[in-house]
Amino acid sequence: MTLVKHELKQGKPALLIWTAVIAFMLAVCILIYPEMETQMNGVSAMFAEMGSFSAAFGMDRLNFGEFMGFFGVECGNVLGLGGAFFAALTGISILAKEEKEQTAEFLLTHPVSRKQILIQKLISMLLQIVILNLIIIAAAILSIYAIGEKPDVRSLSLLFLAYFLLQVETAAVCFGISAFLSRGSLGIGLGMAALFYFLNIIANLTDEAGFLKYITPFGYTESADIIADKCLNTGYLSAGLVFTVIGIGTGFFRYCKKDIL
Amino acid sequence: MYAVKTTSLTKYYGKARGIIDMNLTVEQGDFFGFIGPNGAGKSTTIRTLLGLISPTSGSAEILGMDILRQRDALLSHIGYMPSEASFYPNMRVKDVIRFSADLRRRDCRMESKILCERLALDTNKKIRELSLGNRKKVSIVCALQHMPALYILDEPTSGLDPLMQREFFTILEERSAGGSTIFLSSHVLSEIQKHCRHAAIIRGGRLLATGSTKQLGHTDAKRVRLRGLSEPPALEHMKDIQTDGDSVSFLYDGNLNPLLQTLAVLPLTDVSISEPDLEEIFLHYYT
Repeated sequence: MTLVKHELKQGKPALLIWTAVIAFMLAVCILIYPEMETQMNGVSAMFAEMGSFSAAFGMDRLNFGEFMGFFGVECGNVLGLGGAFFAALTGISILAKEEKEQTAEFLLTHPVSRKQILIQKLISMLLQIVILNLIIIAAAILSIYAIGEKPDVRSLSLLFLAYFLLQVETAAVCFGISAFLSRGSLGIGLGMAALFYFLNIIANLTDEAGFLKYITPFGYTESADIIADKCLNTGYLSAGLVFTVIGIGTGFFRYCKKDIL
Repeated sequence: MYAVKTTSLTKYYGKARGIIDMNLTVEQGDFFGFIGPNGAGKSTTIRTLLGLISPTSGSAEILGMDILRQRDALLSHIGYMPSEASFYPNMRVKDVIRFSADLRRRDCRMESKILCERLALDTNKKIRELSLGNRKKVSIVCALQHMPALYILDEPTSGLDPLMQREFFTILEERSAGGSTIFLSSHVLSEIQKHCRHAAIIRGGRLLATGSTKQLGHTDAKRVRLRGLSEPPALEHMKDIQTDGDSVSFLYDGNLNPLLQTLAVLPLTDVSISEPDLEEIFLHYYT
């Protein structure tokens, strides 16, 4: 587990910054809710009539006047996007950074198999996502407690679970891509996260593009669905699981045979 | 059993040539030089041996172990110094050295302390604060601290000052005397001639010659540059004669006396007699 420890140390600054920023923004969103609530009564009706704009963000089906409705939209944007960016950046650089910084030569000439290196890097990636989520969830719960709201625990837990899975899937897909890269990778990571996000918005806009929900992990984090159904969409989740497995499998397959130049 | 044995080892990068049909053997306990100009395929050979890249065809064994099937086992017997010493920039020197030992599951604190002292390496500095020479020292410690049976050193002395080069070779001679095999890749001929017992010469991806260093170093050739002449002097053993206005330059590998006698009576304004660079030696003596 030497490499896990090493990876966590190397990734610590980025993890701390991302965690702090996301937790802070989420907390701010929650803490301003009481202020917003008083002005919200008319807003929900207005959003419901804004047609596809509201639909794109699922706001046509959420009640902004209720805490969970507000939290679903805010959470979707802050934790969804922030978490996806963090996961994508971590995943896309986890293998490629060694070649970019020319440390691959150092690492891979030690008596550690490539498979072992990949396993330990995956574990460290997963641990970083877990740590990020634990801290963010703690910050969210504290903030909710501070404003005295009593949210529906099941919906809230499902939302957090969905975002966690979204990050794992994004990281796994980017991990797979990372095995093919040898330099400049961050742009691709950011692009992947943004692409996933917009695919979901397109899917929300028209029914014909609904199939896109199977492709993007944002499909199963749709807060309007989760709050209404009180469960995650197994169809989208299964597709996500398949992409996760393909991402990790591709990464292993490619990296174990890769020429390190 | 050989320390290194390659059989028709070939590597192409797509269509680009890496190494072609390399048959190389290095005896155990040898101090072996691997010499060739830049781009000859030295690093490709080494990277293939270490499993960083996979051969297009052919095979190789290190200490009797197959480089593909027993890669992880054989790496624990190798100390490798890459030509470019790159480490994690925000780590401290001591942490990199420790990390390397941990990856080998070895406790090398005693040995690494001795090495750092001998090389005058400040272990509290961060990698990014180090000069090339100091990064090279980190690389040396990482390659030597676990007392491997085989040292594979790719251009190890570039960036090291002469004093450190001497200390480095002193350490290598000690390890060699202890029975370890040393495989030293370099384009500095004098380095190889001074320390290595055997050597192989590689050019254009192919092995040109291999044998004892004495045998291969028959080229006592000098590059002679004369000013004040428009015609080359009447001498034997001249090669690669170039004339340019009032200066003449040639490679000379005959006796020094006839050369000096001839030069003594010429109306020269300037003379320089220097070691030819390796490129020239290869071009004129190994092709």
